[in-house]
Amino acid sequence: MNRFRTPLLWPLAALVALLVFNALASPGFFDVEWKDGRLYGTVVDICNQGARVPMLLALGMTLVIATGGVDLSVGSLMAVSGAVAAVQVNAGASLGQAVGLALLLCSGLGLVNGVLIAKVRLQPIIATLVMMVAGRGLAMLLTGSQMVPFKHEGLTFLANGAVGGLPVPIPLVLGVALLAGVALRGSAWGLFIEATGDNETASRLAGLPTGGVRLLVYAFSGLCAGMSGLLEASNIAAADPARMGDTRELDAIFAVVAGGTALTGGRFSLAGSLVGALLLQTLTLTLYNQNVPPAVAPVPKALVILVVCLLHSPKLREQWGRWRSPSPA
Amino acid sequence: MSGILQLHGIEKRFGDFAALRGVSLELRAGEIHALMGENGAGKSTLIKVITGVHAATAGTMELEGRAIRPGSPREAERAGISTVYQEVNLLPNLSLAENITMGRQAMWGPFIRHGEGRRRARAALARLGVEVDVARPLGACPVAVQQMAAIARALEQRARVLILDEPTSSLDAREVAELFGVLRRLRDEGMGILFVSHFLDQIYALSDRITVLRDGGYVGTWEAAALPRLELVSHMIGKPVAAAEACAAKEEASAGPRRGAVVEVAELERKGVAGPFSFALEAGGATGLAGLLGSGRTEVARMLFGIDPATSGSVRVDGRVVSLTSPRAAMAAGFAFCSEDRKVEGILPSLSVRENIVLALQASRGALRRLPRAEQEALADTFIKALHIKTRGPETPMGALSGGNQQKCLLARWMAVQPRLLILDEPTRGIDIGAKGEIEALCAELRRGGLAILFISAELEEVVRNCSRVVVLRDRQQAEVLEGGAISLRQIMETVAAA
Repeated sequence: MNRFRTPLLWPLAALVALLVFNALASPGFFDVEWKDGRLYGTVVDICNQGARVPMLLALGMTLVIATGGVDLSVGSLMAVSGAVAAVQVNAGASLGQAVGLALLLCSGLGLVNGVLIAKVRLQPIIATLVMMVAGRGLAMLLTGSQMVPFKHEGLTFLANGAVGGLPVPIPLVLGVALLAGVALRGSAWGLFIEATGDNETASRLAGLPTGGVRLLVYAFSGLCAGMSGLLEASNIAAADPARMGDTRELDAIFAVVAGGTALTGGRFSLAGSLVGALLLQTLTLTLYNQNVPPAVAPVPKALVILVVCLLHSPKLREQWGRWRSPSPA
Repeated sequence: MSGILQLHGIEKRFGDFAALRGVSLELRAGEIHALMGENGAGKSTLIKVITGVHAATAGTMELEGRAIRPGSPREAERAGISTVYQEVNLLPNLSLAENITMGRQAMWGPFIRHGEGRRRARAALARLGVEVDVARPLGACPVAVQQMAAIARALEQRARVLILDEPTSSLDAREVAELFGVLRRLRDEGMGILFVSHFLDQIYALSDRITVLRDGGYVGTWEAAALPRLELVSHMIGKPVAAAEACAAKEEASAGPRRGAVVEVAELERKGVAGPFSFALEAGGATGLAGLLGSGRTEVARMLFGIDPATSGSVRVDGRVVSLTSPRAAMAAGFAFCSEDRKVEGILPSLSVRENIVLALQASRGALRRLPRAEQEALADTFIKALHIKTRGPETPMGALSGGNQQKCLLARWMAVQPRLLILDEPTRGIDIGAKGEIEALCAELRRGGLAILFISAELEEVVRNCSRVVVLRDRQQAEVLEGGAISLRQIMETVAAA
């Protein structure tokens, strides 16, 4: 398991440090309570909120970044997904129909990203920027630019219900991560993704389906965004086309990079990204608990992320080693 | 003669691996000093320490009596140490002039005087006897011109010490002769030149003194005139002269069992690029492609492997026409291709040696039929042992290996798929003689196993030595096919040179 040692170390250390700080600064932080057949508490909230958006998005984003790309459209695709589901249930569709259609559409739009990148050979940042703008527009179109509230027990259960005492998003994201991990490492897709990100030309010349790899990761990223959008809409029992998922793609990128997957592509760690996302969510809540005004909260957040990313840099670690043991001149 | 660059006890460790163990070297003003050693001996690491890419773990450096400790190639260049690397590492999107004058541009206030820069670049290139449009992007120029631009850059930087790492591996004979003329002139002007090459002929033609490294350690320094070749080889491989003699002895190209034509290439052509070509490749036979730089050697390989597919003509395998529209299609037809450009088209630097080796095999099995980890490890171990790949283990990142060992891994990658036809484009470029011999011996063994080999090399001796049939190319077309006894250096040269 040496693959997991280095990428996980720093985000985990940062997470633990943050938790220790919270334990000291806000008494009752770790209190967990069993009520009406489910768990309540700050820690559960962090996991729940973390699972709903950053963790899910980070799963898809990890694979995209591992191929050396980036997906800026996930925030907008969240809005598309929420809008489709809300409009569908309001039109009397069943839960399965609404969810199925939303996920299908988001995976399809992710696939379009993949086609633009793998076949049309657009730069990932441009292709997904186009989809980011187009997706937001599509969500507006579907909802008539209005917030769409809905009353549908099944759909609201997704974010508010509990399975085995845990809020649904937690087991859901763990399940998706586990499935993805087993699928990628049990087949050769994991290797193909890492190879494509490390050297695309060499991978193509070794017979790898590099185009197929790209289609797959962008479609998966779209699917993850779709799931996240459903949970986000379910949480407030409404789809808000203008604000849903706004700038959340950046959270996902932060989580992935903090989790030890390099933006230049190659090696990836799903577990690292999940920890990175959890770190981000804990940080958000910590700042809120410390009464840092939401408007300035991004500043300390950015600093912590910077530190974690710097810790990942091999160059910096080498420099650090040089400071500690200056060689004889 | 005074020492212009002095190294004392240079040591470089990567983790607990010592790449250099106390190397000392004195480069004198007005000498050409050859640095020799096998793959992994530490030549590249030493150069990287001198040029500030790596910081030495211990030891000191003096340039003209002043202690230096360059923290980056830029600092080294400013101090007067310029380097021309094995793989040209300039900026392909900028013009030749910009590449040559970068960092020392002629300025007018905050503005770059491009006209003056072009004039200076032209002047620097003219000293090398190269006349080209200096406004062209570097990447659009042939590799030979790019190399010359790198050397011109050193001249333009008024370097006191010039380091050349395998500068001739991409140049043809005429260009090598021109380069050597320039280097001798620079030496006579008092520059200290450190020269790394695997071509013994070139070493002896050019250098005044020779320093040998082995396994990261310093072996010794000799006057070139007083060091017989065999002795040099024995110092490099660390074996007595008798063993070196055996190693250096030419291996006869044994014909191997002939099993008739496997691959027939008929009128293969890529419009406006190269062709047409017609030749046959036999099981157990090696066919060479010989010709000057730019004669179409690599283009043939790229057509056959479906990278730049042919626009007309056909290829038959065992009598059946195959479609070669992509590398995957070519692999399905039983073809394998080792590119001449290891860095860009070969290695996956951050993945492990194991993953690099199993890659093509896994690709041909498809993503869903994953090779079990234990089999991957067994495969990697087998090849590491069989090809004598020097690595700390199968999980070491590919990028940490020396060029020759990377090349062996790439050979292993293609041997693992058990192809019918193996296309080797410059398989021994930038590789020392020991590994060169091993790779040639490996090719012979593969042929005996019934594989057809298409062998491409700029070194005509190598083609003559290894091939039972040679297709001679001229001006991106097929000039002649030589077989058996008709193959000789002289015959190939005459065909290549024919008007």
